[in-house]
Amino acid sequence: MSVKIAKKNNGVKRGLAASIIDKIGLPTLIIAAFFAAVMITAVVLKQSIPVLISDILRRFGMNGVLVLAMVPAIRSGTGPNFALPVGIICGLLAWTIGIEMGLTGIKLVLVVALMATVFAVIAGYLYGRLLNAVKGAEMAIATYTGFSIVGFMALVWLIAPFKSKQMGWMMGSGLRETIKLEGVGAAQIFNKFLSFEVLGITVPTGMLLIFFAFCLLIWLFFRTKTGIAITAGGNNPEFAAASGINIDRNRIIANIISTVLGALGIIIYSQSYGYFQLYSGPLMMAFPAVAGVLIGGATASKANVSHVIIGTFLFQGLLTASAPLANQLFEGSDLSEILRMVLQNGIILYALTQVKGGGK
Amino acid sequence: MKKAKGLLARFNTSYLIDNIVPIIFIGFTLAGFIVAKGLPINFFLSELTSRFYRNAFLVLSLLIPVVAGLGLNFGIVIGAMSGQLAILIVRYLSIDYLHLSGTWELILCFALALPIAAFVGFLTGRLFNKTRGQEMIASLIAGFFANGVYQFLLLFVVGVIIPVRATHPIIKPDGVGVRMTVDMGGLHYALDRIFRVPFMWAVLVVSLLVLALVVVMYLVRRKRGQQGSLVSFIIKVALLAGLACFSLYSIATNSRLMYVRQVPVVTVILIALLCVFNELIMKTKLGQDFRSVGQSQHIAAANGINVDRTRVIAVVISTVLAAWGQIAYVQDMGTLNVYGAHSQIGMFSVAALLVGGASVRKATVPQALIGTLLFHSMFIMSPEIGKAVFGNALLGEYFRTFMAYGVIGLALGIYAWNANRKSRITLDPEPVKEANS
Repeated sequence: MSVKIAKKNNGVKRGLAASIIDKIGLPTLIIAAFFAAVMITAVVLKQSIPVLISDILRRFGMNGVLVLAMVPAIRSGTGPNFALPVGIICGLLAWTIGIEMGLTGIKLVLVVALMATVFAVIAGYLYGRLLNAVKGAEMAIATYTGFSIVGFMALVWLIAPFKSKQMGWMMGSGLRETIKLEGVGAAQIFNKFLSFEVLGITVPTGMLLIFFAFCLLIWLFFRTKTGIAITAGGNNPEFAAASGINIDRNRIIANIISTVLGALGIIIYSQSYGYFQLYSGPLMMAFPAVAGVLIGGATASKANVSHVIIGTFLFQGLLTASAPLANQLFEGSDLSEILRMVLQNGIILYALTQVKGGGK
Repeated sequence: MKKAKGLLARFNTSYLIDNIVPIIFIGFTLAGFIVAKGLPINFFLSELTSRFYRNAFLVLSLLIPVVAGLGLNFGIVIGAMSGQLAILIVRYLSIDYLHLSGTWELILCFALALPIAAFVGFLTGRLFNKTRGQEMIASLIAGFFANGVYQFLLLFVVGVIIPVRATHPIIKPDGVGVRMTVDMGGLHYALDRIFRVPFMWAVLVVSLLVLALVVVMYLVRRKRGQQGSLVSFIIKVALLAGLACFSLYSIATNSRLMYVRQVPVVTVILIALLCVFNELIMKTKLGQDFRSVGQSQHIAAANGINVDRTRVIAVVISTVLAAWGQIAYVQDMGTLNVYGAHSQIGMFSVAALLVGGASVRKATVPQALIGTLLFHSMFIMSPEIGKAVFGNALLGEYFRTFMAYGVIGLALGIYAWNANRKSRITLDPEPVKEANS
């Protein structure tokens, strides 16, 4: 089918517009146009643009690493990491243990990041093994693996013997649903690092630097021998196996990296938010991240770091900008939340229709 | 002798692995009864039967897509939303213009849900044909997507684009959007209250009817000269007679079991009809098409079956049935939680079906019915166990959510793992592709 289309396309001279659509991707263009329209409306309705841009930058940095976690998984051929909650749970567990240890400030964050990485390497390894056992049905199983882990951890949060007053209820046992990071001096710790203000726009320098550093690392990683082997295995498993690449091992490595990025991603996310959410908080967090990378132009089998940067900026930017606007137009409504649901799931559905191997 | 051998062979380890999920659930419910001693049996049975009347229809609506090879259709939430739309339209019209009685409102709901659900089912089916091999994840995401559209429709289109009376009781006070909860008015119990029978009377009647059926079947078989197993016949008769005597005893002594919720006969008949429908459709040409498409789309297409069309029909039927099931569900609840009643329907129904021992490729009517009972037993027992063992009912509530997710994950995982293992042994790529959905 796709071969036929490719042949047809080669035969016919395409116009400029068509070639641009081909290069950037239709979903990216639509969302970009939508984003531009919303920004223009915001200007017309006299919204505070510096505040809006500050918010967009903040949300962009917050979500970036979580979206970046999709890249290794997609490139290894397991599809978008719908089990992102596995990594997120590792990060949350590290937070709770770090706070329980009584640490504060930058020390806390560094210890938490270290612990989260260790947990995520173990969890990612097991998860990779699981995915190798269920080849062909990864996406549905990943989704329910994520859901199950979140469901299981709800039990842990409720009965784990944590004593810290920062996290427990006033009475009874168990952890609270929302835990503030202000009390342990970890709120906005990266955002504030080297942060500056220009034209009324606050730039969360530290967080953005960390995000771009991770982007660079991942970009570099996929230029190493292992990285290229992972991509090759994802593109054409039969061919890669024939040339002596251990695909199963590479898929595990990729999913370990993805899980670690999920764990570190939630740490960056929650320090910017100022709190983190337990129980059902992480349940649905994979879907915005999947949508983010897809909006940037990735597919279920191809993804680059550039897709992450573009997609996160467009998707989070659009959601951030539309929220105050929707509120101004329809007071006290949740229109931007509905917009998120439709866009996010619409783009995932679109990507699913493009999955290869959809033959009879 | 032959039978005994068969039984023994069935009870090997692979039988255990294949049925791990039902076994866990039976064990859990039994443990619950031992641990939570204070739980009155009439409370348990009332809860369980209520949940069964509400959910069985929805669980049964999942069967046809499984047979047709589409896997577990999480998209029944889309059907449920169609059912709720029909209810809202009927309630709106009935209060303002039609002033119908509850029964007519109900009939109108069923009639109106049919075209709505058939249309969205058609669209979903088309989508599944485009996402072939990934139908389950697509159905899950399609449900989320439809939920967004549904909310947009009811919160912003109603009152802004579609004019409505701002003072209508189901419309928000500011005249835009539908309220969070809508009272069912005459629709409450519209189906249930048509004819109700005390629980033990129903048990008595059903056990006597089944007893008669068993005896007649046995006699007919003997007359035809077929060999029936006398032992299993005697066991069946003894069990049924015992059940009948027990219910007579309960009625005579007015025991606690007489306080179990009355049986809504018409609802039960509808569930039974759906069971019969599911069985009968498999005997038609269409049902055979479902089956062959489910087994192999290649071979079905080679035999001249329009594969895409057959799959769309399967999804349309499933969606319409889910819409009706949701109407039956809501009329039993009494109030419609407009933005939440549908959201977990897909997950719980799928989990219930799997608990009954179904898999991604195989699901039968008994599995759906048994699964509904087992899953909801767990649902009722879970907080009780949490309270009895850990002194924390909340723990039980989290536990049952975890079980629902876990059961689905486990069933999907075991199926794909088995399919991959088989394909590795036979070097046949087909099962891997089959497992894709």
